[in-house]
Amino acid sequence: MSGRVLVGVKRVIDYAVKIRVKPDNTGVVTDGVKHSMNPFCEIAVEEAVKLKEKKLIKEVVAVSCGPQQSQETIRTALAMGADRGIHVDVSGKDYENLGPLQVSKILAALAKQEDAQLILLGKQAIDDDCNQTGQMTAALLDWPQGTFASEVSLEGDKINLVREIDGGLEHIKINTPAVITADLRLNTPRYATLPNIMDSLMNNETELHKPNHRTSLCVGLIPLFETVAPEDMQGGTDRSGAMLRHTVLQSGLGLHTRSLVVFSIGIGKNKTKLGTV
Amino acid sequence: FSLSNNSLVHGGHARQAEVASSFPPLQTYTEEEGMMREAVKKYAQERIAPLVSKMDENSHMDEEVIKSLFEQGLMGIEIDPEYGGTGSSFFSSILVIEELAKVDPSVAVLCDIQNTLINTLFVKLGTPAQKEKYLNRLSTDMIGSFCLSEAESGSDAFALKTRAEKHKDYYVINGSKMWISNAEHAGVFLVMANVDLSAGYRGITCFIVDRDTEGLEIGKKENKLGLRASSTCPLNFDNIKVPEKNILGEVGHGYKYAIGMLNEGRIGIAAQMLGLAQGCFDHTVPYTRQRVQFGKRIFDFQGMQHQIAHVATQIEAARLLTYNAARLKEAGRTFIKEACMAKYFSAEVATLTTSKCIEWMGGVGFTKDYPIEKYYRDCKIGTIYEGTTNIQLSTMAKFIDKEYNV
Repeated sequence: MSGRVLVGVKRVIDYAVKIRVKPDNTGVVTDGVKHSMNPFCEIAVEEAVKLKEKKLIKEVVAVSCGPQQSQETIRTALAMGADRGIHVDVSGKDYENLGPLQVSKILAALAKQEDAQLILLGKQAIDDDCNQTGQMTAALLDWPQGTFASEVSLEGDKINLVREIDGGLEHIKINTPAVITADLRLNTPRYATLPNIMDSLMNNETELHKPNHRTSLCVGLIPLFETVAPEDMQGGTDRSGAMLRHTVLQSGLGLHTRSLVVFSIGIGKNKTKLGTV
Repeated sequence: FSLSNNSLVHGGHARQAEVASSFPPLQTYTEEEGMMREAVKKYAQERIAPLVSKMDENSHMDEEVIKSLFEQGLMGIEIDPEYGGTGSSFFSSILVIEELAKVDPSVAVLCDIQNTLINTLFVKLGTPAQKEKYLNRLSTDMIGSFCLSEAESGSDAFALKTRAEKHKDYYVINGSKMWISNAEHAGVFLVMANVDLSAGYRGITCFIVDRDTEGLEIGKKENKLGLRASSTCPLNFDNIKVPEKNILGEVGHGYKYAIGMLNEGRIGIAAQMLGLAQGCFDHTVPYTRQRVQFGKRIFDFQGMQHQIAHVATQIEAARLLTYNAARLKEAGRTFIKEACMAKYFSAEVATLTTSKCIEWMGGVGFTKDYPIEKYYRDCKIGTIYEGTTNIQLSTMAKFIDKEYNV
């Protein structure tokens, strides 16, 4: 066992910022807005560093997929105690289309490349609330998964995990290598102390990876969904599910995979309920 | 170079770009400074903010706060990592003090005195043995106090009467000090005493006095208007014996060290007052945007807008003065006049801002349920300690006089 842990850290809009929708309604304003590490990713980093301090694992590698600024997020992870970082450079249009499926493919490839024993992720990101990356990564690697973890303990080559589920707490035991996603009560992340910040800035051990068809990190960065404004909908008409399905297929969104598209239709008083295709 | 129109225009733009990048605006930070500021901001909001009110009421700095300040590396910002410090720059200290002051000026002053007075004196003047003994502890768990003022000598600092008599290889110090910050928790005191009162200020010497020295008595904490969580005590020296090796720097040079340190400490206080003003302002403006009277937000009344904009301008000016003084010092250029200006101006701005903020908050600004009144009480000391406003102005005038002396 390599004793290496990959921790995924995502750069998201800071939780305290008031979100504003872009004027063209295609998303939220991100320019000039304060960003920081996803809070659940912080909890994941803290858990990884704790495991290293207990000498149960040997190395913590922080991974972030995104544009140049993702390096700041990696540096924060380094300041919290991670040993080195990997920045997977995804920018521009590719970054706009980056979602859990693509990230999990990248993480799966990196896990094999780095011979990771454990992948620690936050349970979800606070910008998209997808709650998919951990699960997809485990499926792609065919590894066991311990999601919504509120307690983690390593026992030899197995992991004892307590999961927070709808019915309460679930205790499971899984083999390694595995994927764990951190829930809120797993720990309280430490602050990056000033000396650690200084060290992280001197740490040049952040590798840059550019995913394209030449590297092993080749992933299909195809857009999975498109946002459209319901401008051509009229209120006051009886819209049944069948009509809705017909309309969606007709608009030719060109979906490459079968995915869930949730539409909210109707304007003002004539809102019909959310439909799915 | 070509004389064609195109290349002249092109050359002009390139030079402009070059100039613009060599002279970035004052609010430009290195990556290190930016990360530090963010970390301290978060730490202050989460670990210190909840305790501020209680510490003020009880006139007592929570031990947890002191411990976490050390743990975060905030007490040894400029000390070399070799001695357990953070190894960062003066400007980083300034940013840290500003961020702490936004939450609690008492905590900020503790951090300021440690970094800009105590640590700097040890780093600049300490012998290897002294550095070995004290720097590590100053970065990790020991607070220091700077003892200059006495009951009969505040602004007239060099009229101090605490005397040190030389015996063989030690000195016997007698006298008392007043208004000593951090004294309640300090483990080491830098005491300015005179070895030869007949020589006037040229006898003033800096002695390192450990807390457990026999004859050192720490008096009762003052019951203050503001900065209440920061302990301020009188000190008494009753025939205390201090070994010769505990002299910091040279005999009779204490006055120089005091002036030198206070010039830098001035910028730290400017940062504290700046943070105070900004913190108070940041609490108040959201209220004015929520509070509705006569059918609109009180922020929307022109009278309010003009006042708010005026105060915001003053804070910005104070910030630029402070940052510039700090950068001048770091660049090794003369900075004393600018440091005086920064301290004087920031203290005045803090007074103006806090006073206005209470008015804008109306009745709630006057109650202890809201943090505004505490900022109002805390700001007043800014015009008094580490050089009163009048002293700052006189110092500036001396420099101005010299400038025109051609």
